[in-house]
Amino acid sequence: MKFESMADFIGMGGHGLYVWLAYGIALAIVVLNVVQPLRQKRQFLNQQARRLRREKGLS
Amino acid sequence: MAKNKTDKNWMPRWFYQLASPRWCYDITGKLLPAFSLLALVLLLGGTVWALLFAPADYQQGNSFRIIYIHVPSAILAQSCYMMMALAGAIGLIWKMKVADMVAKACAPLGASLALLALATGAIWGKPTWGSWWVWDARLTSMLILLFLYLGVMALHSAIENDTTAAQSTAVLALVGLVNIPIIKYSVEWWNTLHQPATFTLTEKPAMPVEMWLPLLVMVVGFYCFFAVSLMLRLRHEILRRERRSSWVQALVESR
Repeated sequence: MKFESMADFIGMGGHGLYVWLAYGIALAIVVLNVVQPLRQKRQFLNQQARRLRREKGLS
Repeated sequence: MAKNKTDKNWMPRWFYQLASPRWCYDITGKLLPAFSLLALVLLLGGTVWALLFAPADYQQGNSFRIIYIHVPSAILAQSCYMMMALAGAIGLIWKMKVADMVAKACAPLGASLALLALATGAIWGKPTWGSWWVWDARLTSMLILLFLYLGVMALHSAIENDTTAAQSTAVLALVGLVNIPIIKYSVEWWNTLHQPATFTLTEKPAMPVEMWLPLLVMVVGFYCFFAVSLMLRLRHEILRRERRSSWVQALVESR
């Protein structure tokens, strides 16, 4: 391991802000790219199920 | 007659199967778990390696660790664009619906990757070059790539008809393809602040193995993540466009 302590790891030799900001943005973008299509698909399926029920109720 | 027969055999069978949205939905459903697991393991392992075990650069210190996100996202943003243009061309030539859907699914994913590459580049530029942004050839051509993605997305949302939207975005993507070699060679054609490519096919990387090996893990991990996200988007798009077909109706009823 390249770091002596936890504080050393967080600080990144004075570059902590830059490193953690970059990794934070990366995490947000990766998670968003997985969660968003999953949510879209669930919304779509719910909407189609409602439409089917409505059409069955009419006939 | 004989000519017709050879024409039919010209393309392998899987190419025609890919054209079936239902087959595509099923096969991506089978591939997803493997790619998700691979992406998770590689990205987690690569990140721990990059942050804890890779050596710091003797000039740049620990800000060098940003490379492990910056390079993979920049490579992926360009690969994604080439895939979008290729899928668009296949859709134009063979009128393949699934290819159009792949091209559409690429756009938001590629845009977010281009944004990530630009953001991490800016964050890395501040401690290294002393500035968040310079109008350097590499940075400017990358910004144009982001705008091309945004253009494709805007065109998709502006055109109601799916077929027309696919055709116009495919043309835009193909015209914008000229930007890809410009990005690649920008560091050679112009005097730039940006350093040359880390990985080339013909030469050994200029950095030591304990620095580039975790980078390679991250690049492969990002490719797997790209595959996962693309398949998820593609599956939603397939369902949306095939919503009138009986198999999607059955899928909706069965849940």
